[in-house]
Amino acid sequence: MTARPLLAVDGIAKRFRGLRAVDGVGFDVPQGGIVALIGPNGAGKTTVFNLIAGVYRPDAGRIFLDGADITGLRPDQICKAGIARTFQIVRPFGGLSVLDNVVVGALRQTADLAAARRAALAILERLGLAAKAAQPAHALTLPERKRLETARALATRPKLLLLDEVMAGLRPVEIDGMVAVLTALCRETGLTILLTEHVMRAVMALSHKIVVLHHGQKICEGPPAIVARDPQVLRSYLGSVGRHGGGVAVPC
Amino acid sequence: MRAPFSSLFAGRPRRAPAALALFVAAMAAMPLVAGDYLLSVLILVLFAAYLAQAWNIMMGFAGLLSIGHALYIGIGAYASAALFVHYGTSPWIGMLAGVTIAALAGAAIGALSFRFKVGGVYFALLTIAFAEFTRILADHFGWIGASSGLFLPVANRATSDVWHLRGAPVMFYYLLLAAVLALLALGRLLLGRRIGYYWQAIREDEEAAKALGIDVFRCKLAAVTLSAGLTAVAGVFHAFYYNNLYPETIFAIGRSVELMLPAIIGGLGTLFGPILGAFLLTGLSEALTNATADWGIDGLKQLLYGLVLAIVVVLRPDGIWPWIAARLGLGAAPHPPASRVPPSARERSEGALPQGQP
Ligand SMILES: Nc1ncnc2c1ncn2[C@@H]1O[C@H](COP(=O)(O)OP(=O)(O)OP(=O)(O)O)[C@@H](O)[C@H]1O
Ligand SMILES: [Mg+2]
Repeated sequence: MTARPLLAVDGIAKRFRGLRAVDGVGFDVPQGGIVALIGPNGAGKTTVFNLIAGVYRPDAGRIFLDGADITGLRPDQICKAGIARTFQIVRPFGGLSVLDNVVVGALRQTADLAAARRAALAILERLGLAAKAAQPAHALTLPERKRLETARALATRPKLLLLDEVMAGLRPVEIDGMVAVLTALCRETGLTILLTEHVMRAVMALSHKIVVLHHGQKICEGPPAIVARDPQVLRSYLGSVGRHGGGVAVPC
Repeated sequence: MRAPFSSLFAGRPRRAPAALALFVAAMAAMPLVAGDYLLSVLILVLFAAYLAQAWNIMMGFAGLLSIGHALYIGIGAYASAALFVHYGTSPWIGMLAGVTIAALAGAAIGALSFRFKVGGVYFALLTIAFAEFTRILADHFGWIGASSGLFLPVANRATSDVWHLRGAPVMFYYLLLAAVLALLALGRLLLGRRIGYYWQAIREDEEAAKALGIDVFRCKLAAVTLSAGLTAVAGVFHAFYYNNLYPETIFAIGRSVELMLPAIIGGLGTLFGPILGAFLLTGLSEALTNATADWGIDGLKQLLYGLVLAIVVVLRPDGIWPWIAARLGLGAAPHPPASRVPPSARERSEGALPQGQP
């Protein structure tokens, strides 16, 4: 582990018309690590992603990538700085083929179309979408679209990948497959991942560290085994079961 | 590895270049067999094709709706014609001036809109506003003849002076044909490069495009600037073919709307759609004019024309070219825009997902 974290989030906050969606959240993502950001629905996970990815400018706090202050940069500048993200509500380029969706990402690294195609195809291969390469993206099923989100983001060859619930709707075998792909990527390429996920099976298998959000605040942070036993975490999840009709996961 | 690759190029089989060669040969030979009337109609077709192609770069490739493209035609026409009338400047030099001014105008309108996040319909309204504003300015601009018009000395139709664009219609025919083919080649080149991919990404989903590192502002600006500059070229030919210019006709909204139709009918975002659409619509318009002239009912032509447009749009919302191309085994041209999946269906399937199990 390097001394300096790849991503350092320091006291970021974001309000939406009085609602404190993210309220002074800070955490580090170590170089090469996989960190999970979890919490009940509406806890502020996606908003944290949007703050890091430059969709919103934080009302307070700072964000550093590799020690450089990236607070307030535009989304395209954030991507160029080395952070790629997926969208929880998928945003495929519907009229383009699956391959071309990923080619758009790969063109970040090279202007050579043939090279971008090769890179894109290799990534599709890896994520099990190669057979669908020629199909229009709007013809994919939702789990496939989530994988396409991941493929497209990976194609930009980021230092840090932000994955927002890419495993929702996957069957357990598919989840294990995805977990294997992501761990292998981190091992082979030194990729760092920050992910949000309600699928605890994936969170426990993947993450070196878990950060728990509740009502926009960080309530717990630590290795999976510790976090899963934290009473406050359990309470926030159980408490939310009633409110959200049992739609959330219970850790462990 | 092989399967997806080969199926990707299935859209571009050997038949396509042969069909293109046949089309070019037929168009090149046309003046040898066509009479004056047919040639004049074909010139209208080529004007329409060129303008729709230039407009398609914005709307078809990048998803930017301009309903003010008459502005750029007018700028090209007036710049070259005024320079010719006042100084005897060659229209090719005038074209340089017209294209530059039009490109700058496009860039200014684009920069203003995109900087202040004016998008979609509001952007379209703004393009209309600028065209109208310029029309009113031109109405009071004495140097270009104001509202009473600007006239070029009538051409000597016997000899063709290409340098001064004075000559027979057949000269304009070949110049326009060359322009249409050049735009076809340019379109293909652009779609195969980074900028083409980026435009299409922006057209499909701007937020997702940004997240992939695309500088949306710059890419959109490039599309408007290029489209505007190219449109001005048609304005130059227009001025020297018709020899008269009036602000209220050259800058008319009607012209802006009309020039979009071949691209929409033919297939937005496709390379050959605007050309096919120009043939169909110009042909339809001529046929209806001839047919309804005998009946003497006012407005019947417009009514029928509108009816046919409506039917085509309902039956072939992606345009006629992708459909025909598939039938002829030419493969659909690159990528039709806009997924036909309603966003509501997308949200529903998202919401229906189990939110995770322990
Ligand atoms: N653009 C916005 N405008 C207004 N309120 C918003 C906006 N985005 C998020 N919110 C609100 O902020 C809070 C946090 O939302 P967020 O999407 O970050 O939660 P989340 O943890 O990602 O939830 P989930 O697990 O359901 O994805 C919610 O109450 C949400 O309604
Ligand atoms: Mg979320």
